[in-house]
Amino acid sequence: MSGIVDLKEKKLVVEQGLFGFETITEYKLTESELPPFLWLQSAQEKSLAFLVVDPFIIFPDYELDIDDESLHTIDITSPSDVIVLTILTIPRDGKDVTANLQGPVIINKKNNKGMQVILADSRWTTKHPVLDQIKSRGSQC
Amino acid sequence: MLILSRKTNEKIKIGNEITISIIEIRGDQVKIGIEAPKDVKVFRQEVFNAIQNENREAAASEDSLQSLSTMLGK
Repeated sequence: MSGIVDLKEKKLVVEQGLFGFETITEYKLTESELPPFLWLQSAQEKSLAFLVVDPFIIFPDYELDIDDESLHTIDITSPSDVIVLTILTIPRDGKDVTANLQGPVIINKKNNKGMQVILADSRWTTKHPVLDQIKSRGSQC
Repeated sequence: MLILSRKTNEKIKIGNEITISIIEIRGDQVKIGIEAPKDVKVFRQEVFNAIQNENREAAASEDSLQSLSTMLGK
């Protein structure tokens, strides 16, 4: 995951914002105390942060087909430029943590531009349970 | 905003490359065919809403990491 390491502490520009947070366009990716989870922290709004993770670590079957328009939006020309992150939801009521595999955040590591995409593939939803997945894999997480 | 009526098997062209066909009308449901170039994103409105709602739910609070840590048994 050297690609992600390169992005840490750098300013990420998400020109269109995340869905529902369209006005927040600058973020920073920082390490959390709980690797491999990371913080996607708004650079503008201190109180806004998302826990994110490389989805392939937890969901080995995950795959995504990103449309060309999105790739152009952040100037991606090669698959090796792309970093994929999934946003985690941690419910306050102690229910299972879920990963939004339908709406991943993709980042071009060459220019630090990012965007959230919506996948058309119906296998992926906004709420994939994370804990069971980690346990069933006896994971290194 | 253009508002118009169409019957079954009639079509709507949007620009040169997008065609919407009314395939079937049954009660309050309409079956629609959409032909668009691969680089045009076509989604149900609900999908957008779901992603938006999920992001709002995901916006972390101070104790999110602690909750996650507890759940992972660390």
